[in-house]
Amino acid sequence: MYDFAVERPTNLDDASRLLAKDETQVIAGGQTLIPTMKSRLASPKTLVSLTGIDEIKGVSPSQGSVTIGAATRHVDVANETRTLYPALASLAANIGDPAVRNRGTIGGSLANNDPSACYPAAALAGDAEIKTQECSYSADDFFCGLFETALSEGEFITEIRFPIPDRASYQKFEQPASRFALVGVFVTQKSGQVRVAVTGASEEGVYRWKEAEQALSDDFRREAIADLIVPAEGKIVDIHGSAAYRAHLVKVLTGRAVDSAH
Amino acid sequence: MPKDFGFGASSKRREDVRFLTGNGRYTDDINVYGQAYVHFLRSDVAHGTIKSINTERAAAHPAVLRIFTGADFASVGGLPCGWQVTDRFGEPMKEPAHPVLAQGKVRHVGDPIAAIVAESAAEARDAAEMIEVDIEELPAVIDMRAALDGGPLVHDDLETNLCYDWGFIEDNKDEVDAAIKKAPHVTRLDLTNNRLVPNAMEPRVAVGDYNSSNDESILYTTSQNPHVIRLLMGAFVLSIPEHKLRVVAPDVGGGFGSKIFHYAEEAFCTFAARELKRAVKWTASRSESFITDAHGRDHVTTIELALDHDGNFIAIRTSTLANMGAYLSTFSTSVPTWLHGTLMAGNYVTPLIYVNVKAVFTNTVPVDAYRGAGRPEATFQLERVIDKAARELGIDPIEIRRRNFIAKDQFPYATPVALEYDTGDYHATMDKLEEIADLKGFDNRLAQSKSKGKLRGLGLNCYIEACGLAPSNLVGQLGARAGLYESATLRVNATGSVTVMTGSHSHGQGHETTFPQVVSEMLGIAEDQINLQHGDTANTPMGMGTYGSRSIAVGGSAILRATEKIIAKAKKIAAHLMEASADDVEFSDGTFRVAGTDKEVAWADVCLAAYVPHNYPLTELEPGLEETAFYDPTNFTYPAGAYACEVEVDPETGKVDICSFAAADDFGRIVNPMVVDGQVHGGIAQGIGQAMLESAIYDEDGQLLSGSYMDYAMPRADDLPSMVVDHSCQTPCTHNPLGVKGCGEAGAIGSPPAIVNAVIDALSRGGYSHVDHIDMPLSPHRVWEAIQT
Repeated sequence: MYDFAVERPTNLDDASRLLAKDETQVIAGGQTLIPTMKSRLASPKTLVSLTGIDEIKGVSPSQGSVTIGAATRHVDVANETRTLYPALASLAANIGDPAVRNRGTIGGSLANNDPSACYPAAALAGDAEIKTQECSYSADDFFCGLFETALSEGEFITEIRFPIPDRASYQKFEQPASRFALVGVFVTQKSGQVRVAVTGASEEGVYRWKEAEQALSDDFRREAIADLIVPAEGKIVDIHGSAAYRAHLVKVLTGRAVDSAH
Repeated sequence: MPKDFGFGASSKRREDVRFLTGNGRYTDDINVYGQAYVHFLRSDVAHGTIKSINTERAAAHPAVLRIFTGADFASVGGLPCGWQVTDRFGEPMKEPAHPVLAQGKVRHVGDPIAAIVAESAAEARDAAEMIEVDIEELPAVIDMRAALDGGPLVHDDLETNLCYDWGFIEDNKDEVDAAIKKAPHVTRLDLTNNRLVPNAMEPRVAVGDYNSSNDESILYTTSQNPHVIRLLMGAFVLSIPEHKLRVVAPDVGGGFGSKIFHYAEEAFCTFAARELKRAVKWTASRSESFITDAHGRDHVTTIELALDHDGNFIAIRTSTLANMGAYLSTFSTSVPTWLHGTLMAGNYVTPLIYVNVKAVFTNTVPVDAYRGAGRPEATFQLERVIDKAARELGIDPIEIRRRNFIAKDQFPYATPVALEYDTGDYHATMDKLEEIADLKGFDNRLAQSKSKGKLRGLGLNCYIEACGLAPSNLVGQLGARAGLYESATLRVNATGSVTVMTGSHSHGQGHETTFPQVVSEMLGIAEDQINLQHGDTANTPMGMGTYGSRSIAVGGSAILRATEKIIAKAKKIAAHLMEASADDVEFSDGTFRVAGTDKEVAWADVCLAAYVPHNYPLTELEPGLEETAFYDPTNFTYPAGAYACEVEVDPETGKVDICSFAAADDFGRIVNPMVVDGQVHGGIAQGIGQAMLESAIYDEDGQLLSGSYMDYAMPRADDLPSMVVDHSCQTPCTHNPLGVKGCGEAGAIGSPPAIVNAVIDALSRGGYSHVDHIDMPLSPHRVWEAIQT
């Protein structure tokens, strides 16, 4: 790790002002950034921590949706959305291990957009609205490929609003070592419309499986996707799974998500 | 009735109090006044020629004390290999130089190129980034077959990548070949024993210190055997005589074999401290551990088992490629030979056996002993091929094993692979296994799994292992460059408490609890009056350390012998105090008595008399009560057992869940049943790690793809089933005075085949009977792929 300074602003304006300076880097829970810095693969001069800003922490239910502050830790999402949005709560409760969940934040995970992370699938399948200190994005517009998002320099997420679906389920098939998603599928159904988001599988990052969405919107049963073929092309290949295996898992996990959605 | 102290009691591990409360004192906790820190600049390519190393900018860093490169070690010895193997043609193995810092060439990712000593670890690392190294990359050789088939040479001067071609027993080869040729049935299996990264919880650390007032070097290091390190490093590498070299291995957080070996960093820190007249400290990062700790296993094997129509074993022929990595680590050469070939008889009567092993150099991290060391590799291939043969012949897997067991009345039993098993009762452990694994209830559980859409399988295997290393004269004939005795000193203090100094080393095994139990039993004094001192060459007798499940069998026997000497002398003192003949003095429960009288004297009074010898036979007996014993075993010990595992396979995803694991072991007499339970649990956990999760995977350029916990899967608590372990079957060892057999490695040796057998059984029952083998680890992806084909 190289030397660096840490700023801990307590309001959004201070955070924005600090981040406007050169060689600054926003940090939330630090569960990706800190290991990267320890390996000397990142060398920010100044870290601007968001975890001191109370207004971007916490879970607040409102009519038909739940809004979660970007600096809310996984453990708090897991605890506080349990009855509001059980699929989201169970996703949060199974990220990493207790140490990760007690530090890592939802905003940090979405902004990092790791192709195997869980939250991007929830945001995309859940048609979430991702707000920053500057503007607001639909999840469809937010994720732009591996570790890429619509965020511009110095922009950070402040809160995420999830419409509450009629039913939903997240199925994660764990990579044995990291326990990130080897493949993860989040399925939601709201007013008959189904959204299916897949993480861990594609070389392009999190994506919506639109054929399945259509089939399941017509008939929300596992059988509805039986004839669909998930192409292996474009799927991630690594020591934990081939492209064909990941493609296979996309379909299996989508079916399981449909079976278990509630 | 369970005892509450002494031999056979489940005394609580006293060392755990400090470990669990964060009060352990590990090597990294040791800081010497004025110490500097070293960072090793390591090769990031697997194979290359060092064209130039420019340290000018780095040396100008204000915190840098000195930068060392291979040139600084030109006059220093290389890291020695401790075992010379003779090949099947009578020639010695090929033994390449193993420099402390790379000289001219780098041969694996992680090979140290330069060592930067600076005021802090961070500054040493900063300076390392300023070193310009020009390496001309050469094609790397990773695959063993490619290495033998004209691949790039790891060591140009050897003109081959073959370290040795070993045949065992070479004279039996033709007879074995002929028997297999005419056998009614031959089962053949090709398999890989996956390469593992040891991953001790505590990474390696070394602190070299130098005392200029008396010209003494001190090395604090994470070692399983400080005396061995002192001998190897002092005599072979740095030419420091042993009386000027002290090696201390304090609390060590797990070794599993990987901390037996003498590593470059230890020699470097000791050397640099002398050069700089300052202590030099190195603490491995986890990333560094992955590419510098000697790896384990990595065998590619073909085994053939010849049987008659009734499933009786006729002959075994096995051929293995064993990866040595880029250099010969300390005991690397013995692992695939004497610790592997000699185990190929297993628990069975097999008249003819021939083992061939080709040890191969590749551009990978050196491979050496890892919990079990050769014996898991032997057990895995044997117990897998037996299961396959049973399936082919339609014989129940338990029945085929029972049919071939060495029977109880055949002991001592001489195998065709040079060992003589002293005792055992393999039917008894199998009976016990059938009971504790509830094999009768399997069909019900099978039905339950089926109703959930899961495939259930039952796998079992037997194992035997040779441990309690080892008779020195025997291993000397086999090429060991060391003896394998153990030592103990008992210092009885004036008030009767006892300090035991052992050459064994505890790095998690619980010696501080179990060794005093032996002494407590013999002296009849409370365990808390006895403490154990180990890990420091300055205050323990020369001993060989802990590995090969040898500590209680060899180290414990040395303690017993030393205690016997103490008792013999104490009886003479007691006789004097009671004005009796020593021959008439009896000793039990801490009291000396004159037989047939009411005269008695307590242990503490005898101890006091020894050190305050006012009333003492000074003309006949020295004062004091301190004795040393060295114990050299006359044979290995042969723990054995039978293991069973049940799994559920999800046919949609290939995911395997281990539902249950049962182990019936025979460890002879048991000193502390709870500690033995823990050893078996830990061994099985490691076996499950190997069978299900762990794998060191290199790409073709020699980069370790599973080089962090993001990709190298260690077993976690929720990967493990609840285990049923039993060691009530006991055939005491006949040749050590405690009657004990080693138990530290059994779990890791005995468990992988049971797991793979269970998965193959599940697939077979589930309609995938074409799958006759899957290489470990049985990841979901591999199982799914096997189902697809």
